[in-house]
Order: sequence, then C-alpha cells, then structure tokens
Amino acid sequence: MLEVRDVHLSFGGIKALQGVSFAAKPGEITGVIGPNGAGKTSLFNAISGFYQPDRGQVFFGGNDISHLSPDRRAEMGIARTFQNIALFRGMTVLDNIKLGGHTRLRTGLWSALSYFGPARREELELRREIEEKVIDFLEIDHIRKYPITILPYGLQKRVELGRALAMQPKVLLLDEPVAGMNREETADMARFILDVQEQFGITVLLVEHDMHMVMDICSHIVVLNFGQQIASGTPAEVSGDPGVIEAYLGAAA
Amino acid sequence: MITGDLKATYAADERVLNNGYKQAFVLAMAALCALMPFIANDYIILVASQMGIMLIAVVGVNVVIGYTGLLSLGHAAFMAIGAYSVPILHRLMDNIGLPDGIMPFIAIPGAIAISAIVGIIVGLPSLRVKGLYLAVATLSANFIIIFLIELEALAPWTGGLVGLNTPDPNILGWVFDTQREMFALIAALAFVTILAIQNLFRTRVGRAFIAIRERDYSAEILGISLFRYKLMSFAISAACCRLAGALFAYFYARILPEQFELALSLQLVAALIVGGMGRTMGPVFGVMIIVMVPEVLKFTFGMVAGGAAEVAQLRAPVQEIVFGLLIIFFLMFEPLGINQLVDRGIRALNRWPFARG
Repeated sequence: MLEVRDVHLSFGGIKALQGVSFAAKPGEITGVIGPNGAGKTSLFNAISGFYQPDRGQVFFGGNDISHLSPDRRAEMGIARTFQNIALFRGMTVLDNIKLGGHTRLRTGLWSALSYFGPARREELELRREIEEKVIDFLEIDHIRKYPITILPYGLQKRVELGRALAMQPKVLLLDEPVAGMNREETADMARFILDVQEQFGITVLLVEHDMHMVMDICSHIVVLNFGQQIASGTPAEVSGDPGVIEAYLGAAA
Repeated sequence: MITGDLKATYAADERVLNNGYKQAFVLAMAALCALMPFIANDYIILVASQMGIMLIAVVGVNVVIGYTGLLSLGHAAFMAIGAYSVPILHRLMDNIGLPDGIMPFIAIPGAIAISAIVGIIVGLPSLRVKGLYLAVATLSANFIIIFLIELEALAPWTGGLVGLNTPDPNILGWVFDTQREMFALIAALAFVTILAIQNLFRTRVGRAFIAIRERDYSAEILGISLFRYKLMSFAISAACCRLAGALFAYFYARILPEQFELALSLQLVAALIVGGMGRTMGPVFGVMIIVMVPEVLKFTFGMVAGGAAEVAQLRAPVQEIVFGLLIIFFLMFEPLGINQLVDRGIRALNRWPFARG
C-alpha cells in the first residue's frame, strides 16, 4: 500500500533521514518510534509531500509519488494529522471536518455561486455522511457547532482525526495522536485508532512516544535513530532488540 | 451549550437565514430597496446608489482579504478596469454596429472576464509572498493601472487625465438614464452579488478559501491546491470589483483616473474592517458607515459654518481623519467589526431574559 524505499533527506549539513525503507502492510497499523530528533516527523513530511527526498522514493499503491505536491497526494488517499494540532481555528468543528471531504466533492465555481441544484445536493450528502460516519463514530456530536478554540486539547486531537477520516483515506498518518494526554484520553484514542483500522480497513502509520500504546496496537514497528533505521519488525522483536533498547527503550530496571 | 437550536433535517440545519432576525432583516432590506425609487428623494437615491456600488466592490474585497486572508491593496485598479472597459467596449460595439439594447449584456460579462484575468495576474505574487509583502505587490498593480490609463499614448482610448464620458445603459430598449432607474439596477445586482458570494461559502470552494486563510499547509494536506484556489479567489474578487466599476461608469456621466487611486482601495479596506472581515454581512454594515461619514460631515460642516469657504476646505482632511480613527478603533476594540457587535446583540436577544451575553 505505502512503501518508502531508501529515502534520504538532509537540511544543509543535517542528515534528517538516511536510507529509510519499509512498507506499511495494507489494513494494519505500523508504528514509527525513536528518540526526539530521530527523523520521524521528517519521514511523515516526506511521505505527505512537504519535503522532496534527496534520494529514494515513496510509493503509494504501486505508483511512485515522490515528486507530487501534498494536495495531489491527499487526493490519492493519504491523510494525516499533525503533532501540534493543525485545525482551522477560526472555524467550527463541523466545518473543519467538512473540509476533509474536499477532494471527494466535485462542485466547481459556477455551481457553487448558484448553490441550488447539484452543489446543494452534494453538500447535504456530505453533511449526512459526516454526521453518520465521522461525528457519530468519534462521539463528538455535542460539540459540532463549537469553534475549535474553545475545545480542550484532547477533543481537538479527536476532531483532527475526524477531519482526516472525512477524507476517506486509504492511508492515515498519525503524528503523536496521544501526546500530552492522560491515561483515560490515551485509552480512548487507542480505541478509536483500532476502530478506524477494523471498521474502515484503513492502513495506519503511527508516530508515538507512548510505548504501551505502540506495543499494544501496532502489528509492525520501525525504529529510527539519528535518521537511520536501526530496526523493524513485530513489537516483540523490536522490544527485544539490543540496539533499540540502548537507543530508545532503555533497559528494564 | 446552545439551547433551542433544534432541527429535524440536515437541510434545515444548513440554512443561511437560520433565525427570525436574519430573515426579517433581509426582507426589510429587500422591501426598502424595492420601494425607494418611488418614495425617496434624489439625495437619498444618490447616497444609496453610492452605497450599492461600494457594497459590490467591498463584497469582492471581502473574498480575497476577509475569507482567503490575502492582504490586497490593489482593488481600486480592478474597479478602474471595470469602469473604463464600459465606454471602451461600447465604442468598439458601436464601430461594429451592434444595437444599443444588447450592449450592456456584452459589456458587463465580457469585461468581468477581462478583470478576472487581470485579477489572476495581480494575484500571482500571492503564491510566493504573504502579508505585508503581498500588500505592496498588489499596491503596485494599482499604480501601474492608473499609470496606463493616464498614459498619453493610450489617451485616444482612455481619455488620459481628463477622463471619459460614459454611456447610459440601454437594456433591451429601456434606457436607464435617471438615477432612480440606475438605483434599481444597482440594488438588484448588489443583492445577486451578495447571494452568489454567500452561496460560494456554503460549498467546498468557499471552505477552501477559509482553510487557506486559517492554515495554508493544513489546507494542502486536505487536497486543496493553493495555486488554484488563491488565484480563483483573486479572480472572483476582481470580478466583483469590476462589476462595481461598470456600474460606477454607467451611474456617473463621466469617469476620471483620479477616482480610482489608492484612496479608493483604502476606503474599500476600511469599509471591510469596520463592517467585519470574512462575514457575509460585514461589507453591508461597513459600507453603510463609510458612505455615511462624508455625508454626515457635509451636513455638520454646513450647519456649523454655513458654507464658509475656509471651513469647507477642512472637510476633506477631517474625513480622512475620521476614517483613520474608525479603523484604529475597530482594530483595537472590535477586530471582527460591526458584524460581531450585531451577532452578539442577536445572541443576547435570543437568551433574554434568562441570561446575558
């Protein structure tokens, strides 16, 4: 589904990624872990198109997408969330999630100006779909008319997930979905991510520091350190790997 | 918690005029505009027509500044193109012998297209620069257009510094040669413009504009092409200003280049800031204030000085000062403009007498 092949990326003298290669298995959750500055977010930016890799390719559904712009990649079915929530703060929850449906709608300028007819049908259909598939699913119906700014952090994270789901993506990149959350919120989010994978069959790629969650829900884990891929495998394999323990996990006390 | 906001269908929930106050306001405005040509005196018709023309332009400015978040100071240039293309296109059509009655049908949409193209060209810098830099880039567009209009070599077409006489619109044989008739036309087109732009923001196109304003990289990640939508925003906005310019040309007997200089661009932006950026009704409230200020000043100066020449020449600078103070006041105390004050009032009314705010 999504494959990264020998990706290199550098900013001036800093080598952010040096030869990262892995394939996310369709319909499964793949975790990307590593210490701060290991290149996890750079990897996400290379996959979603904000950075062009210096060397190597990104494949999506068998096609090389390394040189496409972010909006083209989004159209193909790659959705993501950001580590620091990147919602549209001046808009309501509902409008944010509706924006996720952008690429699936066809309304052009002329039908938008007249609204009644095709544009209206399409908008109402989008509204129904979002209400029934996203807002219901994420249990955020009570806040749908609220502006983003007044929502607590955990709910904002959930709305951002909702916006990505409204894209009906094939691959979902989640950048630290539970960072800064308490136990309960983390458990909720983990449940939503598992549901996303099970109910919608979406392939998930997950960057996260919460090791309990990563080990629990991922079927495959890639470990980065200083831009290099130092291990990859099942949670059991990775957590037993001496290199990973030294670089990141630390020895059990 | 918002109480009493109960809907049975999604369609009902997506309505624009979703409460009685809004419906009443729109109906009242429509009724007022329909009755005015019959009951109002010439002076009121003149002021109302000016408001209508300004309103259409400010609605356009709102698309690019208010909704898409691209600061543009070149909109007077679009109005100039609109205004000048009317007499020029009429002359061209005269030359090929088209009947007068269908000329406005070609002059208005034909040149909206011209202005939309110029709008796209002026919008090109927005792909690379933001904020103040973009403001300067669009500002230069304003100067270039005025320079071209005043250019000696083009004077046979543009009239140069002395301007051009403009025709009266003749729509299928009905000549709009009084201000009353023109007001009816302007009011109708203003309603249509506001409705069309409002519709835009109920669909994916308008939402994409707002997304670009709020966070451009986040918009990209959702599949919104910044290139396409930024230029589309400029094109729509320029087209509105061009329509306003065309009506300006039809309304007045003569147009001059100096009417479309920077001061007009600033006036458009001032109206938008005072009324409320990025809101449908913002331009409506803003234009009412901005057009009323000179009239109120005229009235007060007349009362105080009784037309003494040395006092009368103070009026123009005082007007600029009042505009400046209004902008500063709203930016400091109510950046969302009069629209926000009105919204707050409606919310308070909805809750009264059980809660305040």
